[in-house]
Amino acid sequence: MSEPVDLAIIGAGPAGLAAAATAVELGLKTVVLDEQTEPGGQIYRAIESVTAKRSDHLDILGSDYAAGLELAQGFRASGAHYLPQRTVWQIDEERNVFASGPNGVEVIAAKRVLVAVGAMERPVPVPGWELPGVMTCGAVQNMLKGSSLVPEGRVMVVGLGPLLLLIAQQLARAGADVAAVLETAPLGNYAAAMTRLPQALMAPGYIAKGRAILAELRDRGVALRRGVADVRLTGDDRVREIEYRWRGRSRREPVDMALLHQGVVPNANLGMSLRIDHTWDAMQRCFTPNVDDWGNTSTEGILAAGDCSGIGGALVAEWRGRLAALDVARQLESIGAEERDNRAQPVRRDRDRHMLVRPFLDTLYKPRHDSLAPPDADTMVCRCEEVRAGEIRQLTTEQNCPGPNQMKTFVRCGMGPCQGRLCGLTVVELMAECRGVDVSEIGYYRIRPPVKPVTVGELATLEEIDAG
Amino acid sequence: MFKQLPDDNAELVTVIIEEQSVKVPSDYSVAAAVLANWTGPSRTTPVSGAPRGPYCMMGACFDCLMEIDGVPNQQACMIPVAEGMSIRRQDGARGVEI
Amino acid sequence: MVACDAIVVGGGIVGGSIAFGLARAGLKVVVFDEGDDAVRASRANFGLVAVQMKGAGNPDYHRWTRQSADLWADFAAELEEHSGIDVGFGRQGCAWACLSEDERILKVQQLEQIRAEAGTLGFDYQLLDKAEMADLVPGIGPKVVSGAYTAYDGHCSPLYLLRSLHRATLGLGGRYISNASVDRIEAAPNSFTVNAGGETATAPKLVLGAGLGNTALAPQLGLDVPLRPQRGQLLVTERVRPKMAFHMGRIRQTAEGGFMLGTSNEDAGFDVGTSTGALSAVAQRAVDTLPYLARLRIVRAWAGLRIMSPDDYPIYDQSPRYPGAFAVACHSGVTLAAAHVLNVARHIVAGRIPADLACFSSRRFNVQAAA
Ligand SMILES: Cc1cc2nc3c(=O)[nH]c(=O)nc-3n(C[C@H](O)[C@H](O)[C@H](O)COP(=O)(O)OP(=O)(O)OC[C@H]3O[C@@H](n4cnc5c(N)ncnc54)[C@H](O)[C@@H]3O)c2cc1C
Ligand SMILES: Cc1cc2nc3c(=O)[nH]c(=O)nc-3n(C[C@H](O)[C@H](O)[C@H](O)COP(=O)(O)OP(=O)(O)OC[C@H]3O[C@@H](n4cnc5c(N)ncnc54)[C@H](O)[C@@H]3O)c2cc1C
Ligand code: FES
Repeated sequence: MSEPVDLAIIGAGPAGLAAAATAVELGLKTVVLDEQTEPGGQIYRAIESVTAKRSDHLDILGSDYAAGLELAQGFRASGAHYLPQRTVWQIDEERNVFASGPNGVEVIAAKRVLVAVGAMERPVPVPGWELPGVMTCGAVQNMLKGSSLVPEGRVMVVGLGPLLLLIAQQLARAGADVAAVLETAPLGNYAAAMTRLPQALMAPGYIAKGRAILAELRDRGVALRRGVADVRLTGDDRVREIEYRWRGRSRREPVDMALLHQGVVPNANLGMSLRIDHTWDAMQRCFTPNVDDWGNTSTEGILAAGDCSGIGGALVAEWRGRLAALDVARQLESIGAEERDNRAQPVRRDRDRHMLVRPFLDTLYKPRHDSLAPPDADTMVCRCEEVRAGEIRQLTTEQNCPGPNQMKTFVRCGMGPCQGRLCGLTVVELMAECRGVDVSEIGYYRIRPPVKPVTVGELATLEEIDAG
Repeated sequence: MFKQLPDDNAELVTVIIEEQSVKVPSDYSVAAAVLANWTGPSRTTPVSGAPRGPYCMMGACFDCLMEIDGVPNQQACMIPVAEGMSIRRQDGARGVEI
Repeated sequence: MVACDAIVVGGGIVGGSIAFGLARAGLKVVVFDEGDDAVRASRANFGLVAVQMKGAGNPDYHRWTRQSADLWADFAAELEEHSGIDVGFGRQGCAWACLSEDERILKVQQLEQIRAEAGTLGFDYQLLDKAEMADLVPGIGPKVVSGAYTAYDGHCSPLYLLRSLHRATLGLGGRYISNASVDRIEAAPNSFTVNAGGETATAPKLVLGAGLGNTALAPQLGLDVPLRPQRGQLLVTERVRPKMAFHMGRIRQTAEGGFMLGTSNEDAGFDVGTSTGALSAVAQRAVDTLPYLARLRIVRAWAGLRIMSPDDYPIYDQSPRYPGAFAVACHSGVTLAAAHVLNVARHIVAGRIPADLACFSSRRFNVQAAA
């Protein structure tokens, strides 16, 4: 195996790109691996292609998106070694990073590893969410950014969160027929969030942007229905109808596509496979890795930054990436503690100021309990192995199943190819509810590498790589 | 299920989706090509045979599994299209040739 | 305080089998088990009802394994009646592949020895040359030099086995208390009290079936159950349409369709982590045996700890000091599940482990030490 690089960064989103640029500037030999074909991460997906080939679409995607170009250009100019289309499926104890890509399996040894794999959308287990034609809001946004594709026919946007509204706005601008935005936040959230508003107003821009989106949706005639509950999707080989409760009445409407979203949660599998300590976040309803102010995790040499270390949004991700790179530079003695602190000071200030909006957003967009733990026994929980909510409840209450790992072996939830990404949080919410305890007492699946599919043949070749 | 925004600069490639030749922009993922030319579920599950389509488009859910150039169970949302690529529905569990 | 007929410590396949065996004999059983993160071989094993490789050098163990394998079909049917769960047992045999001349010689020696020691029980096996192996197992790789087939072997879903043992015991009025790590047992002849997980149970019988946990608990009952962990790492692939009914010792296709590939043998203490070196060796052997497996994608890898006595054979014991107390520990808890349910549990109900199982008492280790 070749000389270890100073820093291997997994993820070329805002966190990874900013970290890479900073690290290279401080003299660190840096490699960035990402599954996508271009830098940008989720928020700035395809930013280079869109700007170069179809810049008129920037008006649809908005100025926050367009701003990502600078970050991507800074990264390209930095000289960091960029490996796109590489899926990282394992990081071992010696900090060897294993990735699959166009050249087969590559193993990169690193002195430090920064996990910057971002967020994913929270699972949305409503009846019928597994039907074709039901997708996440982020999925459809990806298609708009990456492929200039717009959903056809009558579209319902369902759920909650800042992204829900942003994406509804982008779709409306792109000419999609958004029949309505059905917001599922409990109405009590609005009052509860008001007490956090003054603090949120100190974070620059967020509240004003939210208001602008709401105003634009209104001007474009997109109905926003608040306090929607009991969402159910029905269809045959694709979704045909949506049912929901609003203002005390049940409604049923035809749809061609339903786009779901319940906020984003850390993309946790890679970090969990490293056995780094995680803590249950009762407000954001997800597990978050324990990190210090620089992003150091409980495992030496492994750092985490960006939304995978706790949801903070794209700008905060960028700053967290910078801070992580600064501390890596200090750890590898390319700068001293004082220089690190001096450089960090303005970055931390920005980060902290922007984090002021989070308590407001977290309170406003706290999902309903029944969005997290579906009440209907027939609702699909594990999409891969087709395990439904009723089974999880039954095994918890009747068979005293002690936790998610035993549950997994009993009913196969989390055993499919997605490795629990789409069912893990739901399973633990259901078990906690049945048992009347906090999710922190329930725990989570034990995640092991490979966290992404690798073939038996690829794994077999590693014997040679190890020896060579 | 999806329509294309006007894009005059798009470079096109030809892919074959279930015997049908279609032209799509070269920066589509396979899943995007399939969603833009929807003719039915992109897979049926190995557990119950239920129909499914792409869901997350970011590599997390594995509901976009398709047979691409003869290789079963590929994540269609993560693989870019290529000229002449053959794309087929994944019906239930994959087979494996000896 | 729950008064019951028997307390079982440990809710893995062994404790679960004993509990079900006692419950089907009409005893009211309470099972104490640890939590979700416990070391639990029953959640990590390969699912073989394995005969071919069992008992060279120990005819008692071979006979015992054969007996259990013969009971397995009836056991599986009865378990399904009680639990409603089909554990997918099939007895299609084992086709072992030898990947080198050394392996071939060892295999032949092992099989000959089992046959020689089996006496009147007999032991049927077929040695297969390369061409015969290729006929039996389509797709075999060029590195396979020969093989051996036995019809005694089978396999099942070990996970459904564990689940259905729990389900069946509950259905018969048993109780399963999880998150209940037992550290003290109040013992008197034919009277045992356990307090764990916020519950107290008292019973005239107590069975230690706590896997590696037995070693620490046994002295409280005047028993000695020396065990050590041995790590095994496994892989399972994506689901594939049915291809192979028998198992190959280190390769089997599950009822769901995934190929399970195993397993390493390592001394790693209580570390249940996986390692690239061991898993890649497992993958390499699988690909050498069946090259088409190279194209399948791995969906999961994991590791478990085998429960090994000093000579690797089971331990069945009763306490001389506290009548009513028993210990059951073994590697191959899946293979032996049928014997545990239909045979060992009966002896525990009767209150005595009979002479033909006395060879599995841990006293054998003291004798050896003394010799
Ligand atoms: C689908 C989606 C759409 C979003 N859209 C917006 C938006 O429009 N506006 C907004 O403000 N926020 C959006 N967000 C929120 C977003 O999380 C943050 O704004 C921001 O992208 C976080 O930056 P990051 O660097 O932490 O992670 P990301 O930007 O998510 O970058 C992580 C990168 O890691 C890569 N990666 C992940 N796992 C692996 C692996 N195993 N191997 C190799 N590479 C890997 C991914 O391909 C990705 O490029 C979106 C989130 C999601 C999930
Ligand atoms: C990799 C691997 C492959 C294998 N393959 C096969 C195979 O193909 N065929 C086969 O027959 N066998 C196989 N085995 C062996 C088989 O899995 C074991 O023999 C069997 O699972 C042992 O069951 P057990 O109940 O004794 O132990 P475990 O499953 O370890 O269960 C012990 C239980 O006791 C509980 N416990 C421990 N201490 C306490 C305490 N103080 N208080 C309360 N509860 C306690 C634990 O929480 C646990 O639930 C394999 C094992 C491994 C590791
Ligand atoms: S659509 Fe979810 S992985 Fe491809």
